[in-house]
Amino acid sequence: MSNSSIQAAGAPATSKRNRTKANVMVVACTVLGAAAQMLIKRGTAIMPPLLDPSGGSILEQAPMIAWKILTNLPLFGGLACYGISTILLVLALRYGELSVLYPIIALTYVWVSVLSVGLLGESVNIYKAAGLVFIVLGVTVLGRKDRDA
Amino acid sequence: MKTPVSSILLVLFASFIGSFGAIFLKAGADRLERSIKGVLTNWRLPVGVCIYLTSFAMYTVAVKNGELTILYPMVSLGYLWTLIWSRLIFKEPLTRNKFIGVGMILFGVVVLNLGNR
Repeated sequence: MSNSSIQAAGAPATSKRNRTKANVMVVACTVLGAAAQMLIKRGTAIMPPLLDPSGGSILEQAPMIAWKILTNLPLFGGLACYGISTILLVLALRYGELSVLYPIIALTYVWVSVLSVGLLGESVNIYKAAGLVFIVLGVTVLGRKDRDA
Repeated sequence: MKTPVSSILLVLFASFIGSFGAIFLKAGADRLERSIKGVLTNWRLPVGVCIYLTSFAMYTVAVKNGELTILYPMVSLGYLWTLIWSRLIFKEPLTRNKFIGVGMILFGVVVLNLGNR
C-alpha cells in the first residue's frame, strides 16, 4: 500500500470508506461556506449605520450597536454556518489526507458563483463558466489515486 | 486601478500564513478525543482558527488597495503550500494527480476571476 503516512495515536486509519466519508464532509463544508458568504453579504447590506452621528459618544451608543449586530439574523446565520463548517472540516480531517481534503474547499467558489447567478442575478460569461469547469475537474482529479504512485 | 506591490506581497504572505492554519487543524484533528476535556485541551484547533482569522484580516487589508481579479486568485496559492506542508509534516504521498488537480483548480480560479472583471 502506497499510503504509509505517519499517523498520530488515536487517528482513524485512512481506509477507502473513511476517505470517501471525509470527501463528502468537506464538500458539505464548501456548501456551508458558500451559504455563509451569501448570508454575510446580505447581512452587511441590510445593516443600518452602526454609529448615529447625533447620538453621543461611541461608549454611550455601545448597547445600541451591540443590539444592531445581534438582531441581524442573516449576519448571525452566516457566522454560524462558518462555525459549523469549521467543525465539520476538523472532523473530516481525521479521516483523510490534508493534501486531498484541503484543496476541495475550492468548490466554495463554484457554489458562490452559482448562487450569485441564481439569487443575485449576476451575469454568466464564458470565463466564469470555464473557470468553474476547471475547478470541478481539478477537484475530481485530486481525489484520484495514482495507479503508479 | 493599479495593484501595488505591497498588496500583492501582503496577499502572498496571507496565503502562506493561512496554509499553516490548515496544518494546525489537521494536527488537532488527528489528536481529537471524544471527551469535553479532550476537545477543550486541544490547543492546536484554536491556534489553527486564529491563524485563519489573521490571514483573513491581512487579506482584507490588502484588497482595499488592489484589484480583486489579481489578488483573489492568489489566495488559492494556499492550496499549493498546503500540499508541500502535508508532505513535509504529515508524510502524505505527493502524487502527480494532486499536483495536476491543484494546478487545474488554480487555473480555474484565475479564469473565473477574469469573468468578474
